[in-house]
Amino acid sequence: MTEILIKNGFVFDPVQGINGDKKDIAIKDGVIVESVSSAAKVIDASGMTVMAGGVDIHSHVAGAKVNVGRNFRPEDKLQAVYEPARGVRHMAGGNSVPTVFKTAYKYADMGYTTVMEAAMPPLYARHTHEEMRDTPIIDQAALPLFGNNWFILEYLKNGEMDNATAYISWLLRSTKGYGIKCVNPGGTEAWAWGLNCMTINDPVPYFEITPKEIVAGLIAANEALHLPHSLHLHGNNLGNPGNYQTTLDTLKIAEGFKPNNTFGRDQVLHHTHIQFHSYGGTTWADFESKGAEVMDYINKNPQLTCDIGFVTLDETTTMTGDGPFEYHLTALNHLKWANTDVEVECGSGIVPYVYSKDIYVCGVQWSIGLEMALLAKDHMRCYLTTDHPNAGPFTRYPRVMKWLMSEKARDEVFASMKSEDKVRDRSTLGGIDRELTLYEIAMMTRAGTAKALGFGGKLGGLVPGMQADVAVYPYNPETESDPEQIEWAFSNAKYLIKSGEVIINDSEIVSNGNKQTYWVDVKTKASTQVEHDLSEMFRKYYTVSERNYEVEEKSFMKNPNVIAIDATL
Amino acid sequence: MNTVTITITKQPELFIEAECFTPDAIAGKTAEQIAELPVHIGRTTEKVGDYFTVEGNAGETAADTKLVVAGDLTRVKYIGSKMSAGEVVINGDADMYVGAWMTGGKITANGSIGHFAATSMAGGEIVVNGNAGNYLAASYRGDWRGMSGGKITVNGNVGSDCGTFMLGGEIIVGGNIDVHVMTHADGGRIVILGNAKSRLGGQASRGEMYVFGTVDVMMPGYAYARDEELEVCGTKAVFAVYHGDLGERHPTRKGETVYAKLYLKK
Repeated sequence: MTEILIKNGFVFDPVQGINGDKKDIAIKDGVIVESVSSAAKVIDASGMTVMAGGVDIHSHVAGAKVNVGRNFRPEDKLQAVYEPARGVRHMAGGNSVPTVFKTAYKYADMGYTTVMEAAMPPLYARHTHEEMRDTPIIDQAALPLFGNNWFILEYLKNGEMDNATAYISWLLRSTKGYGIKCVNPGGTEAWAWGLNCMTINDPVPYFEITPKEIVAGLIAANEALHLPHSLHLHGNNLGNPGNYQTTLDTLKIAEGFKPNNTFGRDQVLHHTHIQFHSYGGTTWADFESKGAEVMDYINKNPQLTCDIGFVTLDETTTMTGDGPFEYHLTALNHLKWANTDVEVECGSGIVPYVYSKDIYVCGVQWSIGLEMALLAKDHMRCYLTTDHPNAGPFTRYPRVMKWLMSEKARDEVFASMKSEDKVRDRSTLGGIDRELTLYEIAMMTRAGTAKALGFGGKLGGLVPGMQADVAVYPYNPETESDPEQIEWAFSNAKYLIKSGEVIINDSEIVSNGNKQTYWVDVKTKASTQVEHDLSEMFRKYYTVSERNYEVEEKSFMKNPNVIAIDATL
Repeated sequence: MNTVTITITKQPELFIEAECFTPDAIAGKTAEQIAELPVHIGRTTEKVGDYFTVEGNAGETAADTKLVVAGDLTRVKYIGSKMSAGEVVINGDADMYVGAWMTGGKITANGSIGHFAATSMAGGEIVVNGNAGNYLAASYRGDWRGMSGGKITVNGNVGSDCGTFMLGGEIIVGGNIDVHVMTHADGGRIVILGNAKSRLGGQASRGEMYVFGTVDVMMPGYAYARDEELEVCGTKAVFAVYHGDLGERHPTRKGETVYAKLYLKK
């Protein structure tokens, strides 16, 4: 394999505490090394920013609901017209629901190399894996949904932790999943009865278990299984005024749990798109931010991590396993709505949404995300996401970086809003002059996310021995003063190397790389109860057989990378 | 106002996508420069001059420019699309997307125009002396934002799905109209001086339809409200007013429920 030397760049690597020092990065055989021979290919990164490849902790880029989003939004393609094939690039297009190729190319352009698909309905795992298989360049993994799964609800209600862990182990192996995702615990199952769970104490119909018990049970199961990632939670009551109380109640469930893993992960609960869960007020009329309160709690509790879900003020497509929320949304904006119940396991919904800067509620949502990220004390625990495509397309990450790094850029957005005063009045963002540094951005986009996902020793940094995922951005941190350059440079990586292979050379994608798909194979004690329940459920309730359910590595995955864990010890 | 005349001299094997046939795209250009502008045919890009002759130089701005497109244009799409000012005259039958997404200016089509004309039109005026195809002034596929402003007058007949997702503006149809009128509309006004077939205002929550002739089949979701004497397009007459689509959501304004309205001339 070739050797590469990236010379003279300004390196930002929070893993090693390197903060903009001029440093050379050497690569050999797909990993970062101390030094290389004189035969190495030299990349001149003078005047440029060098970081590890980005790691996205939460993005909806593959699977059934993404594809339904593509199908039912032909107008989305008008906003980003298909570009023809060019060189190694396949034809690609779409804006908030891009094709798999566009997804890969845009992530690569932003210097990202690893993306976690944030919600995989187990029944549609095959579809999800097929799309990931067809997404070039970026390494991926997917989190199957557990929070409304009948097996889990039953086992947790009965306090059968061994059965819960045995089932989770079976499902991760069967669907080639990476960890435990929980969306609106109990609420999506309640939605099948026309109901929802708005607080953590609302019982789920029929199962008579509460969201609180589901979350606590899943955290306990996650740690009993020693999984690389923690429970990945989208809490109850998303997107409603006054929901911050539900969020604080939810976060408190994690108190008392200790991480138990060998992957360097410190949190027991990752709360995703926390922006959507930090709302005050009682109606949309007195809607306001409670971001400061929620972030204050997260700051004080090292067992938690969060990603923000920044609203980017774009027209986008919302899609979530939170079925009742999407119904609520279509009743608000009257736009088209797709909804599905995934037998036995979960559900989901899709609605297009226009976050207009002239609608004050959208403006406040925009402020809350930025406010929270700027109030965060530890960006190794607070990450940059747009909950793509829910709060905005992932292609806006560089714009979010600009807002985080420049008060001037934020003020420009404020000034362009119709109800600027009202928006400023409803959050503390206007009074915050903090501007994040590239070092903090590197924490939010690679070092922190890699650690929280359990990739700490392998991704997110430039330590010798780590996988050689390196991005070089045409941004000079010493001389650049125009915030617009941040957005441009972080959308247009000059070089990108993934697993030691040059993907972007001089701003042009030159290789489709050698994408990997991670999954977790965790060994537990055999449970005859679970075996019995599985065969009964497949016989009585599923419309498919177990054989048609399993995701086989050979047929559905490209370069499967299995992380084996023995939880029987 | 300067006039540029573009005349087709050769028919393409496929269709010509002439997005540059607008006052905006040719403003400030000489006849020679306009002949060099790109047109798309299938997956190839060719020049205006390969298929058309160009006479006359354009004005400084779109508003100062009148574009006349002449000949058999049944294989030419996008004439006047996205235009914001100035004038376009089409002497001949044109293909799809005439005046689509236009925001201002005026298009006069002296022949017939194809489907998807005035897609999501926001402003300006279109006069068609022949017929218009299907999806006149509708939204783009999947979109919920159809025609929102401006005025369209078709002296001939109009095809199906006219005014789908219409939000505003006015359409006057001199002849007859095919099925599906103002489906999903949330505003706007369509006057049909001839006859209509069926499915008028399906799932519309707002908007007005006037029919001077007959309606073959009424929508079950429309209920008779009252008679009103009105002057519409210079004609004073009594109209039977129907409210609908009753199966849809309807906002209230000043305590009254807002409906889409169908006016049938008595």
